[in-house]
Amino acid sequence: MTDETMLEEDGHSGGVVKKFLYVNRRAPYGSIYALESLEVVLIGAAFEQDVSLLFLDDGVFQLKKGQDTAMTDMKNFSPTYRALEMYDVEKLYADRESIEQRGLTEDDLIVPVEVLSRDEIKDLMAQQDVVLSF
Amino acid sequence: MTMLHIVNKSPFEKTALDSCLRYAQQDSAVLLIEDGVYAALRGTSLSEKMRRALETVKVYALEPDLKTRGMDQSRLLDGVELVDYGGFVDLTVAHDIVQSWL
Amino acid sequence: MSIEVNGKTLQTDEEGYLADLNDWEPGVAEVMANVDGYELTENHWEVINFLREYYEEYQIAPAVRVLTKAIGKKLGKDKGNSKYLYELFPYGPAKQACKYAGLPKPTGCV
Repeated sequence: MTDETMLEEDGHSGGVVKKFLYVNRRAPYGSIYALESLEVVLIGAAFEQDVSLLFLDDGVFQLKKGQDTAMTDMKNFSPTYRALEMYDVEKLYADRESIEQRGLTEDDLIVPVEVLSRDEIKDLMAQQDVVLSF
Repeated sequence: MTMLHIVNKSPFEKTALDSCLRYAQQDSAVLLIEDGVYAALRGTSLSEKMRRALETVKVYALEPDLKTRGMDQSRLLDGVELVDYGGFVDLTVAHDIVQSWL
Repeated sequence: MSIEVNGKTLQTDEEGYLADLNDWEPGVAEVMANVDGYELTENHWEVINFLREYYEEYQIAPAVRVLTKAIGKKLGKDKGNSKYLYELFPYGPAKQACKYAGLPKPTGCV
Protein backbone atom coordinates (compact mmCIF):
# COMPACT_ATOMS: atom_id res chain seq x y z
CA MET A 1 0.00 0.00 0.00
CA THR A 2 1.24 3.48 -0.78
CA ASP A 3 0.56 6.75 0.96
CA GLU A 4 -1.72 7.51 -1.97
CA THR A 5 -4.08 4.64 -1.35
CA MET A 6 -4.15 5.48 2.33
CA LEU A 7 -4.94 9.10 1.50
CA GLU A 8 -8.65 8.47 1.46
CA GLU A 9 -9.01 9.48 5.06
CA ASP A 10 -12.29 11.28 4.53
CA GLY A 11 -14.20 8.58 2.77
CA HIS A 12 -13.81 4.86 2.72
CA SER A 13 -13.22 2.29 0.09
CA GLY A 14 -16.91 1.60 -0.25
CA GLY A 15 -16.39 -2.09 0.47
CA VAL A 16 -18.32 -4.26 2.86
CA VAL A 17 -17.66 -3.65 6.53
CA LYS A 18 -17.24 -6.91 8.44
CA LYS A 19 -16.90 -7.63 12.11
CA PHE A 20 -13.38 -8.78 12.92
CA LEU A 21 -12.37 -10.20 16.29
CA TYR A 22 -8.68 -10.61 17.10
CA VAL A 23 -8.20 -13.09 19.94
CA ASN A 24 -4.87 -12.58 21.75
CA ARG A 25 -3.91 -15.59 23.87
CA ARG A 26 -0.12 -15.39 24.20
CA ALA A 27 2.15 -13.62 26.64
CA PRO A 28 4.32 -10.89 25.10
CA TYR A 29 8.07 -11.41 24.49
CA GLY A 30 8.18 -15.20 24.97
CA SER A 31 6.96 -15.61 21.39
CA ILE A 32 6.32 -13.32 18.44
CA TYR A 33 2.52 -13.77 18.46
CA ALA A 34 1.61 -10.69 20.52
CA LEU A 35 3.68 -8.28 18.45
CA GLU A 36 2.57 -9.82 15.15
CA SER A 37 -1.07 -9.59 16.16
CA LEU A 38 -0.66 -5.91 17.02
CA GLU A 39 0.93 -5.24 13.63
CA VAL A 40 -1.88 -7.03 11.82
CA VAL A 41 -4.45 -5.00 13.74
CA LEU A 42 -2.71 -1.72 12.86
CA ILE A 43 -2.38 -2.63 9.19
CA GLY A 44 -5.96 -3.88 9.10
CA ALA A 45 -7.16 -0.59 10.59
CA ALA A 46 -6.55 1.07 7.20
CA PHE A 47 -9.38 -1.06 5.76
CA GLU A 48 -11.96 0.48 8.08
CA GLN A 49 -13.53 -2.70 9.34
CA ASP A 50 -15.43 -3.18 12.58
CA VAL A 51 -12.58 -4.42 14.78
CA SER A 52 -12.63 -5.84 18.31
CA LEU A 53 -9.68 -7.13 20.33
CA LEU A 54 -10.08 -9.78 23.00
CA PHE A 55 -7.35 -10.57 25.51
CA LEU A 56 -7.71 -14.10 26.78
CA ASP A 57 -5.54 -16.58 28.73
CA ASP A 58 -1.88 -15.38 28.79
CA GLY A 59 -2.88 -12.64 26.35
CA VAL A 60 -3.91 -10.48 29.31
CA PHE A 61 -0.20 -10.22 30.20
CA GLN A 62 0.27 -8.16 27.00
CA LEU A 63 -1.53 -5.30 28.72
CA LYS A 64 0.46 -5.34 31.97
CA LYS A 65 1.54 -1.85 32.95
CA GLY A 66 5.15 -1.01 33.67
CA GLN A 67 6.89 -3.22 31.11
CA ASP A 68 10.57 -2.29 31.13
CA THR A 69 12.76 -3.91 28.50
CA ALA A 70 15.95 -1.99 29.24
CA MET A 71 17.66 -5.06 30.73
CA THR A 72 16.64 -7.51 27.98
CA ASP A 73 17.19 -5.05 25.12
CA MET A 74 13.90 -6.08 23.46
CA LYS A 75 11.42 -3.66 21.90
CA ASN A 76 8.82 -2.61 24.46
CA PHE A 77 5.70 -2.50 22.32
CA SER A 78 3.22 -2.05 25.17
CA PRO A 79 2.88 1.75 24.58
CA THR A 80 1.46 0.95 21.14
CA TYR A 81 -1.74 -0.43 22.71
CA ARG A 82 -2.40 3.18 23.78
CA ALA A 83 -2.29 4.25 20.11
CA LEU A 84 -5.07 1.85 19.06
CA GLU A 85 -7.74 4.41 19.81
CA MET A 86 -6.23 6.76 17.20
CA TYR A 87 -6.54 3.93 14.68
CA ASP A 88 -10.25 3.76 15.56
CA VAL A 89 -9.75 0.42 17.29
CA GLU A 90 -11.79 1.16 20.37
CA LYS A 91 -13.38 -2.12 21.34
CA LEU A 92 -10.95 -3.81 23.72
CA TYR A 93 -12.13 -6.71 25.86
CA ALA A 94 -10.46 -8.93 28.43
CA ASP A 95 -11.55 -12.18 30.03
CA ARG A 96 -12.29 -11.86 33.74
CA GLU A 97 -11.19 -15.41 34.61
CA SER A 98 -7.86 -14.98 32.81
CA ILE A 99 -7.15 -11.76 34.70
CA GLU A 100 -8.03 -13.24 38.07
CA GLN A 101 -6.17 -16.52 37.56
CA ARG A 102 -3.00 -14.52 36.89
CA GLY A 103 -3.17 -12.38 40.02
CA LEU A 104 -3.94 -9.24 38.02
CA THR A 105 -6.58 -6.56 38.43
CA GLU A 106 -7.96 -3.99 35.99
CA ASP A 107 -5.63 -1.43 37.58
CA ASP A 108 -2.69 -3.43 36.22
CA LEU A 109 -3.69 -2.82 32.60
CA ILE A 110 -2.09 -0.16 30.39
CA VAL A 111 -5.35 0.68 28.57
CA PRO A 112 -8.97 0.59 29.73
CA VAL A 113 -10.74 -2.58 28.63
CA GLU A 114 -14.20 -3.97 29.10
CA VAL A 115 -13.87 -7.02 31.32
CA LEU A 116 -16.19 -9.81 30.19
CA SER A 117 -17.49 -13.02 31.72
CA ARG A 118 -17.24 -16.35 29.96
CA ASP A 119 -20.83 -16.13 28.70
CA GLU A 120 -20.34 -12.60 27.41
CA ILE A 121 -17.28 -13.79 25.47
CA LYS A 122 -19.27 -16.63 23.93
CA ASP A 123 -21.74 -14.03 22.67
CA LEU A 124 -18.97 -11.71 21.45
CA MET A 125 -17.43 -14.53 19.41
CA ALA A 126 -20.77 -15.58 17.98
CA GLN A 127 -21.44 -12.06 16.67
CA GLN A 128 -18.32 -11.95 14.44
CA ASP A 129 -17.86 -12.43 10.71
CA VAL A 130 -14.16 -13.23 11.09
CA VAL A 131 -12.20 -14.43 14.13
CA LEU A 132 -8.40 -14.34 14.02
CA SER A 133 -6.50 -16.00 16.84
CA PHE A 134 -2.91 -15.25 17.84
CA MET B 1 24.76 -34.46 42.42
CA THR B 2 22.94 -31.13 42.47
CA MET B 3 20.60 -30.11 39.69
CA LEU B 4 19.45 -26.79 38.32
CA HIS B 5 16.12 -26.90 36.48
CA ILE B 6 15.43 -24.10 34.02
CA VAL B 7 11.84 -23.36 32.96
CA ASN B 8 11.13 -20.81 30.22
CA LYS B 9 7.47 -21.48 29.39
CA SER B 10 4.37 -19.92 30.89
CA PRO B 11 2.94 -22.27 33.52
CA PHE B 12 -0.55 -21.18 32.47
CA GLU B 13 -0.01 -22.43 28.94
CA LYS B 14 2.46 -25.33 29.04
CA THR B 15 3.11 -28.26 31.35
CA ALA B 16 6.89 -27.75 31.58
CA LEU B 17 6.77 -26.37 35.11
CA ASP B 18 4.41 -29.15 36.28
CA SER B 19 6.73 -31.81 34.97
CA CYS B 20 9.77 -30.08 36.38
CA LEU B 21 8.27 -29.87 39.86
CA ARG B 22 7.12 -33.49 39.67
CA TYR B 23 10.65 -34.72 39.07
CA ALA B 24 12.73 -32.15 40.92
CA GLN B 25 14.48 -33.68 43.91
CA GLN B 26 14.57 -32.10 47.33
CA ASP B 27 17.05 -29.21 47.55
CA SER B 28 17.47 -28.84 43.82
CA ALA B 29 17.02 -25.41 42.28
CA VAL B 30 14.46 -24.12 39.78
CA LEU B 31 15.33 -21.05 37.73
CA LEU B 32 12.39 -19.32 36.04
CA ILE B 33 13.27 -17.35 32.88
CA GLU B 34 11.36 -15.75 29.97
CA ASP B 35 7.63 -16.59 30.25
CA GLY B 36 8.51 -19.00 33.07
CA VAL B 37 8.76 -16.02 35.45
CA TYR B 38 4.96 -15.81 35.56
CA ALA B 39 5.05 -18.88 37.84
CA ALA B 40 6.62 -16.73 40.56
CA LEU B 41 3.65 -14.35 40.85
CA ARG B 42 1.60 -14.24 44.00
CA GLY B 43 -2.18 -14.36 43.96
CA THR B 44 -2.52 -16.61 40.92
CA SER B 45 -4.30 -19.92 40.39
CA LEU B 46 -0.87 -21.58 40.66
CA SER B 47 0.41 -19.79 43.76
CA GLU B 48 -0.62 -22.59 46.14
CA LYS B 49 1.21 -25.19 44.08
CA MET B 50 4.29 -22.97 43.98
CA ARG B 51 4.13 -22.36 47.71
CA ARG B 52 4.25 -26.12 48.29
CA ALA B 53 7.14 -26.45 45.85
CA LEU B 54 9.05 -23.71 47.67
CA GLU B 55 9.09 -25.95 50.76
CA THR B 56 11.35 -28.46 49.03
CA VAL B 57 13.16 -26.66 46.21
CA LYS B 58 14.86 -23.30 45.88
CA VAL B 59 13.18 -21.04 43.30
CA TYR B 60 14.94 -18.24 41.43
CA ALA B 61 13.52 -15.83 38.83
CA LEU B 62 15.50 -13.87 36.25
CA GLU B 63 14.96 -10.21 37.02
CA PRO B 64 15.46 -8.80 33.49
CA ASP B 65 12.72 -11.10 32.17
CA LEU B 66 10.45 -10.20 35.09
CA LYS B 67 10.88 -6.45 34.53
CA THR B 68 10.38 -6.83 30.78
CA ARG B 69 6.95 -8.26 31.63
CA GLY B 70 6.05 -5.38 33.93
CA MET B 71 6.56 -7.16 37.26
CA ASP B 72 8.94 -6.78 40.17
CA GLN B 73 9.74 -8.39 43.53
CA SER B 74 6.63 -6.92 45.17
CA ARG B 75 4.41 -9.15 42.99
CA LEU B 76 6.29 -12.36 43.81
CA LEU B 77 5.68 -15.18 46.23
CA ASP B 78 7.77 -15.07 49.40
CA GLY B 79 10.89 -17.18 49.06
CA VAL B 80 11.48 -16.56 45.36
CA GLU B 81 14.91 -15.06 44.85
CA LEU B 82 15.71 -12.71 41.98
CA VAL B 83 18.92 -13.12 40.01
CA ASP B 84 20.48 -11.05 37.23
CA TYR B 85 22.47 -12.45 34.30
CA GLY B 86 25.55 -12.83 36.48
CA GLY B 87 23.47 -14.75 39.01
CA PHE B 88 22.20 -16.98 36.18
CA VAL B 89 25.79 -17.89 35.32
CA ASP B 90 26.67 -18.45 38.99
CA LEU B 91 23.73 -20.86 39.34
CA THR B 92 24.78 -22.92 36.34
CA VAL B 93 28.31 -23.13 37.72
CA ALA B 94 27.16 -24.01 41.23
CA HIS B 95 25.15 -27.05 40.11
CA ASP B 96 26.48 -30.30 38.65
CA ILE B 97 23.71 -30.73 36.11
CA VAL B 98 21.55 -28.19 34.29
CA GLN B 99 18.27 -29.39 32.87
CA SER B 100 16.27 -27.11 30.59
CA TRP B 101 12.57 -27.96 30.41
CA LEU B 102 11.85 -26.68 26.94
CA MET C 1 23.23 1.30 2.11
CA SER C 2 24.40 4.22 4.21
CA ILE C 3 24.45 8.01 4.42
CA GLU C 4 27.18 10.42 5.51
CA VAL C 5 26.15 12.86 8.25
CA ASN C 6 28.65 15.20 9.91
CA GLY C 7 31.54 12.89 9.09
CA LYS C 8 29.76 9.77 10.37
CA THR C 9 28.60 6.87 8.24
CA LEU C 10 25.09 5.73 9.24
CA GLN C 11 23.52 2.48 8.02
CA THR C 12 20.16 2.59 6.24
CA ASP C 13 17.91 -0.07 4.76
CA GLU C 14 17.37 -0.46 1.01
CA GLU C 15 14.67 2.23 1.03
CA GLY C 16 16.85 4.73 2.89
CA TYR C 17 15.31 4.43 6.37
CA LEU C 18 17.83 4.59 9.23
CA ALA C 19 18.79 1.13 10.44
CA ASP C 20 19.16 2.31 14.05
CA LEU C 21 16.90 5.12 15.17
CA ASN C 22 19.36 5.96 17.92
CA ASP C 23 21.70 7.19 15.16
CA TRP C 24 19.36 10.09 14.44
CA GLU C 25 20.40 13.72 14.77
CA PRO C 26 18.94 16.80 13.02
CA GLY C 27 21.69 16.52 10.41
CA VAL C 28 20.18 13.21 9.25
CA ALA C 29 16.99 14.96 8.16
CA GLU C 30 18.99 17.71 6.42
CA VAL C 31 21.12 15.24 4.48
CA MET C 32 18.16 13.05 3.46
CA ALA C 33 16.20 16.13 2.33
CA ASN C 34 19.15 17.41 0.31
CA VAL C 35 19.46 14.06 -1.44
CA ASP C 36 15.78 14.36 -2.39
CA GLY C 37 16.36 17.96 -3.51
CA TYR C 38 14.70 19.87 -0.66
CA GLU C 39 15.65 22.45 1.95
CA LEU C 40 13.88 21.85 5.25
CA THR C 41 11.80 24.74 6.57
CA GLU C 42 10.26 25.43 9.98
CA ASN C 43 7.09 23.76 8.71
CA HIS C 44 8.96 20.58 7.82
CA TRP C 45 10.63 20.53 11.21
CA GLU C 46 7.29 20.92 12.95
CA VAL C 47 6.12 17.65 11.39
CA ILE C 48 9.44 15.85 11.86
CA ASN C 49 9.58 16.79 15.53
CA PHE C 50 5.96 15.81 15.95
CA LEU C 51 6.72 12.36 14.51
CA ARG C 52 9.67 11.87 16.83
CA GLU C 53 7.52 12.73 19.83
CA TYR C 54 4.77 10.44 18.60
CA TYR C 55 7.21 7.56 18.25
CA GLU C 56 8.68 8.21 21.69
CA GLU C 57 5.18 8.04 23.18
CA TYR C 58 3.69 5.11 21.25
CA GLN C 59 6.71 3.23 19.82
CA ILE C 60 5.16 3.29 16.38
CA ALA C 61 5.32 5.42 13.23
CA PRO C 62 1.73 6.48 12.55
CA ALA C 63 -0.15 5.69 9.35
CA VAL C 64 -0.86 8.80 7.28
CA ARG C 65 -4.53 8.90 8.28
CA VAL C 66 -3.57 8.86 11.96
CA LEU C 67 -0.77 11.37 11.44
CA THR C 68 -3.07 13.83 9.68
CA LYS C 69 -5.65 13.61 12.45
CA ALA C 70 -3.06 13.94 15.21
CA ILE C 71 -1.34 16.92 13.54
CA GLY C 72 -4.72 18.63 13.25
CA LYS C 73 -5.30 18.14 16.94
CA LYS C 74 -1.89 19.49 17.91
CA LEU C 75 -1.14 22.16 15.29
CA GLY C 76 -4.57 23.14 14.04
CA LYS C 77 -6.91 22.32 11.16
CA ASP C 78 -4.93 24.34 8.58
CA LYS C 79 -2.04 21.90 9.08
CA GLY C 80 -3.98 18.72 9.83
CA ASN C 81 -5.01 18.03 6.24
CA SER C 82 -3.59 16.04 3.36
CA LYS C 83 -3.08 19.01 1.06
CA TYR C 84 -0.80 20.85 3.48
CA LEU C 85 1.15 17.72 4.41
CA TYR C 86 1.59 16.54 0.81
CA GLU C 87 2.85 19.96 -0.19
CA LEU C 88 5.53 19.69 2.50
CA PHE C 89 6.31 16.04 1.79
CA PRO C 90 5.35 15.19 -1.81
CA TYR C 91 6.55 11.58 -1.48
CA GLY C 92 3.90 11.04 1.17
CA PRO C 93 3.83 12.68 4.59
CA ALA C 94 4.05 9.47 6.55
CA LYS C 95 6.73 7.79 4.47
CA GLN C 96 8.96 10.75 3.68
CA ALA C 97 8.68 12.58 7.00
CA CYS C 98 9.18 9.36 8.96
CA LYS C 99 12.33 8.69 6.99
CA TYR C 100 13.71 12.16 7.76
CA ALA C 101 12.74 11.68 11.41
CA GLY C 102 14.78 8.47 11.57
CA LEU C 103 11.73 6.29 12.23
CA PRO C 104 10.85 2.98 10.63
CA LYS C 105 8.45 2.97 7.72
CA PRO C 106 4.90 3.42 9.08
CA THR C 107 3.06 0.22 9.87
CA GLY C 108 0.41 -0.13 7.21
CA CYS C 109 2.57 1.04 4.31
CA VAL C 110 3.69 -2.12 2.58
